[in-house]
Amino acid sequence: MTAATTAINGNISGEWYLALAAVLFAIGAFGLLIRRNVLVMFMCVELMLNAANLTFVTFANMLHDIGGQVLVFFVLVVAAAEVVVGLGIVVAIFRRRASATADDFHLMKG
Amino acid sequence: MAVIVHGVLLAAATATGHASAVDWGTFVVATAIVLSGAIGVVIARNPVHGALMLVMTLFGIAVLFVLQRDDFLAAVQVIVYAGAIVVLFLFVIMFLGVDREENVAAEPLRGQRPLAVALVALGVTGLLLLGEISKWTTGAPSVAGSTDSSTSNVAQLGTSVYTTYLFPFEITSALLVIAVVGAVALARRPPMADIGRVPDTEAEIADATPSDTDDSPEATDGASDGAEPETDVTQQPTDAHQEVMP
Repeated sequence: MTAATTAINGNISGEWYLALAAVLFAIGAFGLLIRRNVLVMFMCVELMLNAANLTFVTFANMLHDIGGQVLVFFVLVVAAAEVVVGLGIVVAIFRRRASATADDFHLMKG
Repeated sequence: MAVIVHGVLLAAATATGHASAVDWGTFVVATAIVLSGAIGVVIARNPVHGALMLVMTLFGIAVLFVLQRDDFLAAVQVIVYAGAIVVLFLFVIMFLGVDREENVAAEPLRGQRPLAVALVALGVTGLLLLGEISKWTTGAPSVAGSTDSSTSNVAQLGTSVYTTYLFPFEITSALLVIAVVGAVALARRPPMADIGRVPDTEAEIADATPSDTDDSPEATDGASDGAEPETDVTQQPTDAHQEVMP
């Protein structure tokens, strides 16, 4: 790491935040892979997005660059749009076949 | 318990030197909240419990944002994520009525869980290796502004959004409009959705009948031009009209 990255993040070095974000991302990815309920899978995607947000904020403080925090702002917008459209799709699928399990969604025809 | 936490804090403070015990205590508590909430999302059998665990995780992340002097995003995190997105999740869960308990221990696809563990471990290991052996940062100077000026975090973020990132910020408005239109188009029940689709059960035919009587005469004429089985459906309202008429 360069000299700029050794700056204090609220007196705690940034590596701790990065490690926590990595663990959080791993938990989210694991949940996305093993769960079958589409809504829970969406929540796991939110966990992964939040891990990425934490990484952005940490690097913004480590590199003294406000761009990381702006990027978190945009990630929030994209996450909101993704959740709205994704839940709309879930509702539309649920109307045809009364199930929210990913195993049942194997036909594009519906 | 308190003794253990105090010991951990002291050890951490002495290990890193300059960090204060308050910072470390906040970090440890927020980390515990974040990780327990994340594990709760993954293992919760009831989706409602999972959504509440997600709120816990998001709140812990907001605490970590505050700890990094990032006040505005912490507030946005609580308002947008915990306040809007999770409420949307809960709304859909309640709306669909899928808040039943799910058997998490069941494994319909054999070998899925070991494969998931292996994939995640591979990904994280690759990430850590990349961080160790390669250059992550380009060394390019920042164009967005610094975080450690004397102005407040909100002022810095606002200045950057409205100057450097003005065009992406405008694009997000288009993105949100597209998302809203898409959600409306997906959630809207098409008025003539059953044209060309063979009614599966008697219950569906019975459901379709009252909505057809509400339609205008042109709509029922258009429906009678459709597929052959639809004429059975559309004949029922006309029969009903004939019964009503005399």
